[in-house]
Amino acid sequence: MANHMVIVELAGGEIDDSAFELAQAARAAGGDSVAAVVLGKDVAGHAEALADTFDAVHVFDDAQLEVFDGEVAAALLVPFIERTAPALVLLPHTNNGMDLAPALAVKLGRSLLTDLIAIESAENEITAVRTMYGGKAHARVKAKPNDKGHVLTLRPGSFTAAESPGAGGSVQAEVVPAGLGAGRRYVESVTPDAGDVDITQAEILVAVGRGIEEKENLEIIDSLAEVLGATVACSRPVVDKNWLPKSRQIGTSGLSVKPKIYIAVGISGSFQHMGGVKGGAYIIAINKDPAAPIFGVADVGIVGDLFDIVPILEEKIDEAKG
Amino acid sequence: MDIIVCVKRVPDTAELEVEIDRSGTGIEERDLAYGINEWDNFAIEAALALKEEHGGKVTAVTIGGEDDEEVLRRALAMGADEALHLMDSAFDGSDAQGIATILHKAISARPFDLVLTGAVSSDRSSGQVGGMLAAMLGIPQVVLATDLKIENGKAVVAHEVEGGLERVVELDLPAMVSVQTGLNEPRYVSIRGIRKVSSMEIPVQGAGDLGLDAVAVGEAGAMVTVEELFLPPKGEGAEMLEGDDEEMVEQLVAKLREQGGL
Repeated sequence: MANHMVIVELAGGEIDDSAFELAQAARAAGGDSVAAVVLGKDVAGHAEALADTFDAVHVFDDAQLEVFDGEVAAALLVPFIERTAPALVLLPHTNNGMDLAPALAVKLGRSLLTDLIAIESAENEITAVRTMYGGKAHARVKAKPNDKGHVLTLRPGSFTAAESPGAGGSVQAEVVPAGLGAGRRYVESVTPDAGDVDITQAEILVAVGRGIEEKENLEIIDSLAEVLGATVACSRPVVDKNWLPKSRQIGTSGLSVKPKIYIAVGISGSFQHMGGVKGGAYIIAINKDPAAPIFGVADVGIVGDLFDIVPILEEKIDEAKG
Repeated sequence: MDIIVCVKRVPDTAELEVEIDRSGTGIEERDLAYGINEWDNFAIEAALALKEEHGGKVTAVTIGGEDDEEVLRRALAMGADEALHLMDSAFDGSDAQGIATILHKAISARPFDLVLTGAVSSDRSSGQVGGMLAAMLGIPQVVLATDLKIENGKAVVAHEVEGGLERVVELDLPAMVSVQTGLNEPRYVSIRGIRKVSSMEIPVQGAGDLGLDAVAVGEAGAMVTVEELFLPPKGEGAEMLEGDDEEMVEQLVAKLREQGGL
């Protein structure tokens, strides 16, 4: 009998899909009983939907939990996990998940495996797969047997979501003590500027990444986009260098897009970036590294130097359009 | 204000093909250029900017062998006041908890108001060390900082949340902040700058100096081990176009036409 626990992520006040992926992963990892923990303010309404999938739903509903705070969550959950002693505590590998998981592991004396894309076995020790070197290598990692249990974060989208099996789980409203998480206080939420162009509505996107090397080189991308009637977007490194505004950034820390055609130029294709490309786009990748992860998800690829390929592409498109 | 910045030297694989080495648990390191972890470089810049505004001292810390000293020299050249090199064969094979344990011992022995590090390293990318270190030090923390200020004796930090949003939080000091790339523009380090700090002494400490039980860290203390590294399965993947540049582009234009892109 193994009991596992899933920390449910809320996105925009709704249950994030990752909760159901974690549920399924917990069952596959030998969880005879899988409990959901949901934290927030006015979240009791989610219990019913979760009870369809989970054997037990623990609801922590309190004004202190209105905005997710890893410090507050750790202060609340460490004693709760000690008391209920699940073998595995599973969290999504999201910014919130990583705000909380390391503190849980240290304070509970548990081992921590992060950003898993597969769990191969979970008896006393855990064998799992994660990516390293920007997705260019996969690693089989092992957490040694630990009486106190393990904490795992799982990459969203890498595990199949559980269909609601009518688990008919119990729902328990849990007590939230006052004065949690001293030392960190919420100030405000900020939405970045919308920017001049809305990449989320574009049908054709030409996205550029680290491979562009210099800001001045963006000219060839602008020029290609113009002849295609496409919109220019980018991956994170280009925004980090202030070559394009944040409103052009695709990815889990940027915007989600759903173009018909997506041309990735000099983008390696990390999961954080590709996580923002939705809706079955036709993906074209141009990259000088034949092992770039982008070629694993693209429909068609060219291995070559973008500074050679892009001008030829612009010229041929111009000819083809007559 | 005393600021400690934890930095790591990593191979630059951003634009390169990775090969698995003969041990099967690492990558082939020949021909790789090494440098400071990109996230950590932003952390150093953040520390220096705070020092310039509020005064104080910046200390760069790394764990590693002889070669890893170069990232400390680089931090000194950028303007860090001191460096600390934690080096001991007993540290080899440490997992993230081991790394955090070593840093904890070293940092808790000195005064500090703020500990900064990169949110993740580009090589092993576990993203665990900052959060673990904060939990061990018993100080508030935040991950993926995109802005960092000190106001009225508190750290005011914007950090990324999913979906392109940011949250601003206030942390009591001392605090731990793990930074995201892009929160500033790290200053340039010239060869001359590095040469100027080449004679600065960098203290080295091992497990004994830190009062660390050698079996608590390194391979012996690791709860998590890397069993094997392998190249990602190819899967279906892209249809790779062949020929010279012109030929590949012609095929691509045909694809674009099929997809209604012209």
